[in-house]
Amino acid sequence: MSIFSNLSAEQFETIGQELDAIRNREMADLGEEDATYIRTLIKRQRRLEIAGRGLLMAGFLPPAWLAGVACLSASKILDNMEIGHNVMHGQYDWMGDPAINSKVFDWDNTCTNTAWKQTHNFEHHTFTNVLDKDHDIGYGILRMSEDQEWEPRFLFNPILAGILATFFQHFVAIQSLKLEDYLIYKTKTKEEVKAEFKPTWKKMRKQLVKDYLLFPALAGPFAPFVFAGNLTANVARNLWSSQVIYNGHFPEEVEQFPESVIENETRGQWYVRQLLGSANFEGSRLMHVMSGNLSFQIEHHLFPDMPAHRYARIAPEVRAICEKHGLPYNTGSFMRQSLSVWKRIFKLSLPSKTEGDSKKGPLNGLRAKVVSLTREPQSENRKAA
Amino acid sequence: MNSMTLTSNRFQQGVNRLLQSRVAEILSYPHGVDRYLEVFNPLWSVNEVRARVEAVRYLTNDSVTLTLRPNHNWEGFIPGQFVQLSVTIDGKRQTRCYSPANSLHRTDGCIELTAKVHANGFVSRHLREQLSVGDVVILSQADGEFALPEERPEQVLLISGGSGITPVMSMLRTLCDEGFAGPITFLHYANSAADMIYASELDEIARTHDNVTLVRCFNNDGEQGELSGLFCREHLFTAAPEFAQATTFLCGPPPMMAAVEKVWEEDGLAERLHKEQFTLAAPQIESDSAEGEVRFVQSEKMAINNGATLLEQAESAGLTPESGCRMGICHACTCRKTAGEVRDIRTGEITSGEEDIQICISVPVGTVTLDI
Ligand SMILES: Cc1cc2nc3c(=O)[nH]c(=O)nc-3n(C[C@H](O)[C@H](O)[C@H](O)COP(=O)(O)OP(=O)(O)OC[C@H]3O[C@@H](n4cnc5c(N)ncnc54)[C@H](O)[C@@H]3O)c2cc1C
Ligand code: FES
Repeated sequence: MSIFSNLSAEQFETIGQELDAIRNREMADLGEEDATYIRTLIKRQRRLEIAGRGLLMAGFLPPAWLAGVACLSASKILDNMEIGHNVMHGQYDWMGDPAINSKVFDWDNTCTNTAWKQTHNFEHHTFTNVLDKDHDIGYGILRMSEDQEWEPRFLFNPILAGILATFFQHFVAIQSLKLEDYLIYKTKTKEEVKAEFKPTWKKMRKQLVKDYLLFPALAGPFAPFVFAGNLTANVARNLWSSQVIYNGHFPEEVEQFPESVIENETRGQWYVRQLLGSANFEGSRLMHVMSGNLSFQIEHHLFPDMPAHRYARIAPEVRAICEKHGLPYNTGSFMRQSLSVWKRIFKLSLPSKTEGDSKKGPLNGLRAKVVSLTREPQSENRKAA
Repeated sequence: MNSMTLTSNRFQQGVNRLLQSRVAEILSYPHGVDRYLEVFNPLWSVNEVRARVEAVRYLTNDSVTLTLRPNHNWEGFIPGQFVQLSVTIDGKRQTRCYSPANSLHRTDGCIELTAKVHANGFVSRHLREQLSVGDVVILSQADGEFALPEERPEQVLLISGGSGITPVMSMLRTLCDEGFAGPITFLHYANSAADMIYASELDEIARTHDNVTLVRCFNNDGEQGELSGLFCREHLFTAAPEFAQATTFLCGPPPMMAAVEKVWEEDGLAERLHKEQFTLAAPQIESDSAEGEVRFVQSEKMAINNGATLLEQAESAGLTPESGCRMGICHACTCRKTAGEVRDIRTGEITSGEEDIQICISVPVGTVTLDI
């Protein structure tokens, strides 16, 4: 595989050691600061949620409705991103607090803790951007790589990407079912799907009853306002979190890998694959918190179980390591990364031009690209925006 | 005051029933009601016992006495039992056992814990140096077999050493409050008079209760106790010649407990002796004879067996398994062992095959596979 043949075994080894050194230093420093950070954040999120749900009870007043939706959306985003996603990665397991532990914690989302840890923590984080292994490449719905063979259904790529974003929590919830295997490729039976869907449905049902029956019912005659408010907040969370996640792996320069790379992969090589397969975006502190610090997707993929508020601090060091070894460090503004993602989604809705063409798929183009990157360390996609 | 407590109690019960309803469960799903209640008040919870520190006293130079007011989830205790107290130190939750020392008949709803502060004691030092009035701690419900029987014995002998005084102090205070008329002997061992917790209160009890005999035994020379030195049969003949007729409750450091147990065993009285251990006699780490490796399947880690407990080996391998008492009491550390043999450091018993084990008191015998 091209990318790896450009770095020597020693280089991989060195990169691995340098990144391990950062990890060991940070993990040895875990303590009061991290605990206070996550506890304070959880408290704020719960306050926002209580305020949001309270305001929506008076949702017949337009300002209350708007404020309620804002609070509830922010609460759901914080709950899913900076709290849920990170806690379920085990970033705070060392605290020994069952309420903040990856084994127990569950989020305000239809996806179950168990299914998430399987598809995300294990499959996505282990096989990051490996075709046919990392289901997050297109979620079985989209065509996100030129090496995914084109099928006519992919003409709807942009529309499907929009639908995926709008109902993101539900797609993530059923992601572990790999429905495309049943619907399109017929490699899975209906019974298998049904059995696997059971625990997910149990959770979905509770979430739906909560947001669309019980809370509206509490408002009596004003139920429709609460219903609409909860729906809006859920969709706002879906759109935001899906965009953050798209931006982490789908900007155009982000690499994808064939299955063969993971054979006998060393720790150093694993680190480099994580680096090449992820992209950051820049923004204010609030932006980072609201995106669960997945704006530091690169750092997150290198150190998924490190408390995410530390990523900002270590990012310059990671970047320096990349520069030293001539590796790209993909970052840009939120806008730039989002545009790049959507460009890719549109482009891949059409069949790729034949192999050998100038516009090659990332895999075919890897060697050329990496060589050129190594030669010109300041190449475009590495520059800060 | 009384009628106010009554109405507030009834109100609280009503609220509690509401909070435990299915509707409340779904409204607060998936986090649970407690996670929202604690936003308003860290003491509020539908089933967790949390307590507010009402007073902190220092009865001796190396101890701390806490008065705690548990929330309404507290179900009470039997004198002699212990609770697990959890505090957060440097972001991490730490749990240790402490035996309430107060009388069962204390009326203000508080419990009293006294901890001896060990020089390197992580939690006990924190309790003395950091904890202050108004702090909130987490408690378990009371537990333990070491307990004053419902049907009070006719004659009671209480033997304690050092901080082991707490559970038997609770027994003594309770019996006195009940007007217990049978003879009670309180035999306590401490290094020096200045180190003795509850010294003045015990003096007072002995002075005002004819049926209570207080025998203090100090280890340091020149101290003013009824006895001196370490426990021996002669002490027993002096302090409690009728010990064979008494129901005896014993709590103290391992060597002292071993000496007492030996006498009771020799006299065939073992079943009349009730005992509580605060510390495990230090397990001998047999690093020389340790063989094989420890495999942690879920975390995909492995360690060469060094003879320490599986909990310690897992922690050195970078895992963070749950633990609490670290001495086989709380079951927080229970894990699935899928293969291999382990030895229970308390009993020496060796078990093999697939089973749930408490890793804090299990030492691997050869290669062991754990599902963590
Ligand atoms: C059922 C039960 C009831 C208990 N009740 C009480 C009580 O009422 N009051 C009380 O003070 N303690 C009690 N303990 C002991 C208590 O749980 C802690 O073990 C003790 O406070 C030390 O904890 P630490 O975190 O300070 O020390 P750690 O940090 O756990 O240990 C530090 C050092 O102190 C040593 N050490 C720990 N405990 C002892 C000990 N008891 N004697 C000598 N050396 C020790 C350890 O070997 C270690 O070297 C009880 C224990 C049990 C199991
Ligand atoms: S930690 Fe309490 S039983 Fe093991």
